[in-house]
Amino acid sequence: MGEFKVHRVRFFNYVPSGIRCVAYNNQSNRLAVSRTDGTVEIYNLSANYFQEKFFPGHESRATEALCWAKGQRLFSAGLNGEIIEYDLQALNIKYAVDAFGGPIWSMAISPHGSQLLVGCEDGSLKLFQITLDKIQFERNFDRQKSRILSLSWHPSGTHVAAGSIDYISVFDVKSGSAVHKMLVDRQYMSVSKRKCIIWGVAFLSDGTVISVDSAGKVQFWDSATGTLVKNHLIANADVQSIAVSDQEDSFVVGTAEGTVFHFQLVSVTSNSSEKQWVRTKPFQHHTHDVRAVAHSPTALISGGTDTHLVIRPLMEKVEVKNYDAALRKITFPHRRLISCSKKRQLLLFQFAHHLELWRLGSTVATGKNGDTLPLSKDADHLLHLKTKGPENIICSCISPCGSWIAYSTTSRFFLYRLNYEHDNISLQRVSKMPAFLRSALQILFSEDSTKLFVASNQGSLHVIRLLEGSFKHLHTFQPQSGTVESMCLLAVSPDGNWLAASGTSAGVHVYNIKHLKLHCTVPSYNFPVTALAIAPNTNNLVIAHSDQQVFEYSIPDKQYTEWSRTIQKQGFHYLWLQRDTPITHISFHPKRPMHILLHDAYMFCIIDKSLPLPNDKTLLYNPLPPTNESDVIRRRTAHAFKISKIYKPLLFMDLLDERTLVAVERPLDDIIAQLPPPIKKKKFGT
Amino acid sequence: MVEEESVLFFFCGGSELNFRRAVFFFFFNFFFFVSGDFVKVHSTATEECVHILQGHRNLVTVFFFYPNNHLQLYSFFFFCTIKLWDYIDGIIFHFFFLGHKLHAVFTLACFFFFVFVIINKEKPDVFQLVSVKLPKSSSQEIEAKELSFVLDYINQSPKCIAFGNEGEYVAAVRDFYLSVYFFKKKTTSRFALSSSKNKKHAKNNFTCVACHPKEDCIATGHKDGKIRLWRNFDDGKKYTYTCLHWHHDMVMDLAFSVTGTSLLSGGRESVLVEWRDATEKNKEFLPRLGATIEHISVSPAGDLFCTSHSDNKIIIIHRNLEASAVIQGLVKDSSISTGLMIDPRTKALVLNGKPGHLQFYSLQHDKQLYNLDIIQQEYINDYGLIQIELTKAAFGCYGNWLATVEKRQEKETELDLQMKLWMYNKKTQGFVLNTKINMPHEDHITAVCFCNAEKFENPTLVTASKDGHFKVWILTDDSDIYKKAVGWTCDFVGSYHKYQATNCCFSEDGSLLAVSFEEIVTIWDSETWELKCTFCQRAGNIRHLCFGRLTCSKYLLGATENGILCCWNLLSCALEWSAKLNIRVMEPDPHSENIAAISQSSVGSDLFVFKPREPRPLYIQKNISREEVQWGVFVLRDVPESFTSEAYQWLNRSQFYFLTKSQSLLTFSTKSPEEKLTPTSKQLLAEESLPTTPFYFILGKHREQQDEKINEALESERVQLPLTENIPAISELLHTPAHVLPSASFLCSKFVNSLLLSKETKSEEIPEDVDMEEEKESDDSDEENDFTEKTQDTNDTDLGEDIIHQLSKSEEKELRKFRKVDYSWLTVL
Repeated sequence: MGEFKVHRVRFFNYVPSGIRCVAYNNQSNRLAVSRTDGTVEIYNLSANYFQEKFFPGHESRATEALCWAKGQRLFSAGLNGEIIEYDLQALNIKYAVDAFGGPIWSMAISPHGSQLLVGCEDGSLKLFQITLDKIQFERNFDRQKSRILSLSWHPSGTHVAAGSIDYISVFDVKSGSAVHKMLVDRQYMSVSKRKCIIWGVAFLSDGTVISVDSAGKVQFWDSATGTLVKNHLIANADVQSIAVSDQEDSFVVGTAEGTVFHFQLVSVTSNSSEKQWVRTKPFQHHTHDVRAVAHSPTALISGGTDTHLVIRPLMEKVEVKNYDAALRKITFPHRRLISCSKKRQLLLFQFAHHLELWRLGSTVATGKNGDTLPLSKDADHLLHLKTKGPENIICSCISPCGSWIAYSTTSRFFLYRLNYEHDNISLQRVSKMPAFLRSALQILFSEDSTKLFVASNQGSLHVIRLLEGSFKHLHTFQPQSGTVESMCLLAVSPDGNWLAASGTSAGVHVYNIKHLKLHCTVPSYNFPVTALAIAPNTNNLVIAHSDQQVFEYSIPDKQYTEWSRTIQKQGFHYLWLQRDTPITHISFHPKRPMHILLHDAYMFCIIDKSLPLPNDKTLLYNPLPPTNESDVIRRRTAHAFKISKIYKPLLFMDLLDERTLVAVERPLDDIIAQLPPPIKKKKFGT
Repeated sequence: MVEEESVLFFFCGGSELNFRRAVFFFFFNFFFFVSGDFVKVHSTATEECVHILQGHRNLVTVFFFYPNNHLQLYSFFFFCTIKLWDYIDGIIFHFFFLGHKLHAVFTLACFFFFVFVIINKEKPDVFQLVSVKLPKSSSQEIEAKELSFVLDYINQSPKCIAFGNEGEYVAAVRDFYLSVYFFKKKTTSRFALSSSKNKKHAKNNFTCVACHPKEDCIATGHKDGKIRLWRNFDDGKKYTYTCLHWHHDMVMDLAFSVTGTSLLSGGRESVLVEWRDATEKNKEFLPRLGATIEHISVSPAGDLFCTSHSDNKIIIIHRNLEASAVIQGLVKDSSISTGLMIDPRTKALVLNGKPGHLQFYSLQHDKQLYNLDIIQQEYINDYGLIQIELTKAAFGCYGNWLATVEKRQEKETELDLQMKLWMYNKKTQGFVLNTKINMPHEDHITAVCFCNAEKFENPTLVTASKDGHFKVWILTDDSDIYKKAVGWTCDFVGSYHKYQATNCCFSEDGSLLAVSFEEIVTIWDSETWELKCTFCQRAGNIRHLCFGRLTCSKYLLGATENGILCCWNLLSCALEWSAKLNIRVMEPDPHSENIAAISQSSVGSDLFVFKPREPRPLYIQKNISREEVQWGVFVLRDVPESFTSEAYQWLNRSQFYFLTKSQSLLTFSTKSPEEKLTPTSKQLLAEESLPTTPFYFILGKHREQQDEKINEALESERVQLPLTENIPAISELLHTPAHVLPSASFLCSKFVNSLLLSKETKSEEIPEDVDMEEEKESDDSDEENDFTEKTQDTNDTDLGEDIIHQLSKSEEKELRKFRKVDYSWLTVL
């Protein structure tokens, strides 16, 4: 594996924002997650829960509701009063429609997928018709006294249940009038609370309405008579979310105490058809409010203020006990937030609304393997660059020489030139960006910092030559005719001749920079690409996919390399395939061409292509064999995958020079410390 | 009475009440529980014991009602037999013999002729649940051979088996497995929890199981205090469970209410928890029940719960979680270090009770009177805590003073001793703390005794300790300007060559004090505290020491550890006699010269009763107990017995009680416990057992009218008419359940006859008595026929109240015959 000096960076003060909404789409097995900062992320549950797309947030656009409509269309509504449809191909916002009812608290798509209903601050319910490319306002329902916080359609589409403050209304969709008004008990643990907020409702096909409220109750109502059927007091705090399975035989609720409760429809006796709802298992995977839950056919999905997305498979629904049956906890984004200038030892951290530039510390001390070396010079916070406007940063990059910084929001592209004079830094914005450079999904500098590659959200790739303080647009690679898919990953070869770009689903395209044309396309693979890199000298393209497969493709030969074929033939070690975070970064050792360095959130691996591949019988995570062992044993036990799990959660790792690594960690405890305090619960024995 | 007596042993009060779940009987307000060899019947309303079912010579495993007839009862014995009997009359219908030891038995209404039995196979820890077909037969003794296997890998405790949903399935738990057998499908599903090996601190072991009466829901209790509610278990894969967690320690027992709306659980916290709607948030508590809840049972009507506790207590609890009655047996939770004492005032047996308490236990009524809190500190029930122990107690001055010694020893060198002296307060009728002495001695106190002689106007107390001293404490005036008071102070400290003082006792007149120092007995003058003489036999340390009484007061007895019993003559200061006897308990009878000694040998304990003046024992009873006997005490009888045989004369005035190592209290008696029941509770039974049926109303009215008539008749004709209750034929008719009575036409003439006045009553009276006694003898000899007990009892009362008998002897016999008739027709029903 070789010995490295490692910069262990823990000053990346990144806190993901809390999850607000979760929407599961059964047809595509995709999950849309919206966060409190307005970011919307799309996870592909079939592709190992990979976060394949994301829409950057906006300060004023707090999403309160998220819905999938027929034909894989995603809508969101928020407190700015707008209904937004997202373009899942181009990764931008298709349009925004103001509902004119004040902040929107809830939204529901009709079971047939043709209508959209929003509940507004002023108590109005507005029905929209979903047309092919837009939504069209249809009519208002009877206006209620207070805001509509939750909505649910009856599966037949004839009725709608709406949760408000202190009561639930049942509407007839045809007439738009309230059929029933069901008052909810305000009592909370025999103390009268001021208001009882109905955080969520669910309308079942047998006419039962399930409500969850701020008094910790899960209540079952008969919508035909408007009466309370059953009451489950499950929490001392708010129950904030509810999701019902498609079969209507189980549902899940999330509470402000961080507990997720599973309810199941269980037959009363084995030989009678009578069934009852029974609270079965509680899951305590969260520390804070569970703001959103979803119920996929095989799993319970929950997310909340503590920023984790938890996917808990239902054991009884899982056919085979494979790795899909394990609990998943997704905390960090599956993309890179950090870029590094190797020459100047700089790290650029990307936050939602600012960038931070740090110079790494240095040491003169030396020590044995495993020693912690004292710093002779501390890390410097060189630059704090705030964005203008309310939009979140999509991507950012620092050039390898450290003299350029580029970042992009949804509407603007920024390029800065950095000048270093001894210890002082001056920042100079490159003005007069061309009109086509408005928004970028990915930015990359060439190794010699003379070229800038920008993947725009139109699917095109721009190549720009950088000069001292100015730039020149060289070329634009237009997307393949017929596709509008955006590129989200870029890789450039160190000699600057090749550029590889990949979208979310189609294959990887390789462009020749010298001749400014498409060189070849790597055959597309079922699973999305998570990381790309081109090796120096050999110009082999290494591609990591979300199912943990790694391919090596020779660009000059336009075919997979021999090593890649061998490993595909033999297959990866089963433990390698069972890792649950994708590889987010690949790099190479300049002096050891046989080595590939890659990492995910929980491990760092060097693949030594010269060594034999491990089979399922060998130990994958073998500790380093002690040096006193004879060479024979060392050689026998050694295999191509050298894995280190010292650094976790690992957000970024790269080689600064031949003997130095930089590892950016973000301990979970530091994130929790920055979250608001959770609801205090008495624990026995403390 | 008659000269031929046989002395029997009886468990008395000490029998365990908490061995098995109590069973409620819904028709009358009774409930039943196993108490040692008996099944006791208590009234739920008055908590009074109304009936004792006897006839078991060994451990009753469990008992159940005959599913379709609640007047019949199954009782089961550990040793292979099942009895079906009519419990009201005590008639045994059938014996069933099985080839296996029965650990637990279950019956179900829907499996009419089956009982389910836990038996163990060859290996000691392998148990099986089998169903046994009870064959139809008219004979009394039947061998049941048809066993069919239901479940294996189960626990022997009946708490680990439950039948659900009217016999659809049976659930059994053991270790980490829950097994469910479905009778209809004949399939078994097994669910496993992860064992503690996999998870840290997870104690998932199952401890008990209960089934919902209406729904397919199984509740299981676990070692870590969790309760799991299992549902959907008919599908091996889709099963689901939910957790209820309040208990911090093992769940001891679970029970569903009759409708299944609430679940009751209990454990070491001594709190009964009611989970309503099986939800975690909706729970109610009944705290401070005193001791670990061992069993919970629910009355079939649903209005009462019953918990049995580890301190030998049964609590009846109302549906609204209010304890309504407590049936407290002898507390058996702690080790008995005070020994057995008799409170001179209440004549109650006094010994260690609840932790830190002295219990006062009435032997006459077989129930606890009260607990006296000695240590007066909150008892924290947790493993590994070193508690303050109550080690010694003594009554003095006719119950006016009580001395107690408590100790706490955390380490070898850190001994904490405290002696308390309690004065009896006549106003409050209780003991009040008078003097508290910290560290009365430097080391463990080995003996405490009061001088009980009448001539001593000043109360005197002597304590002996391992520190080599004995101390004499006297009551002195402790008045000050604020109040008049008395207090105890040390008067004299004696020692003998730094030997450890092991025993002390006063002579009967209080003039001499004997203190044993290891092997040496020293005699002190109690006036001057002068050492008078010493005895030394070099036969090991003195274990017991006592003076003779009455005519034998010149003798001093000492039992040594090496198994020598010595008797010294105090006048000659010489050894009178000695015997080789390994004595464990030596107890003088305070009201006679007799001394009871219990020796321990490898086979068991033997009792010797002797007078000090002669080395030959009066009475020897071999093998009174298999285990070691720890303590014994003589109790003065209320009513003296009149045994004429010389061997039993020592029992005439006093009764000897002894306590074995397993804390069962035994005594010598000729009476069965049934006879000892007070007449009031008997009457209670007679009244309460009459259900308010139309028949009762008619008969009741009839009786009232008759009473009026009688009164009129008395006034006018001055002829004595007997009351209906006193005519045996009628009372039998009323007390015998309808289903065992012959046809009404048959009884009618007898019934009418019995209401007629007979004219030759006076002439028949004497021979009748003789007849009855003869019959009684024959009853006694026939041990299995217990059903005559009742008639015998009525006879006794008849005799006592001197009532004229209306039935001729022959008629009575005939009536009795009906009851002995073959009841095989019952099984056809």
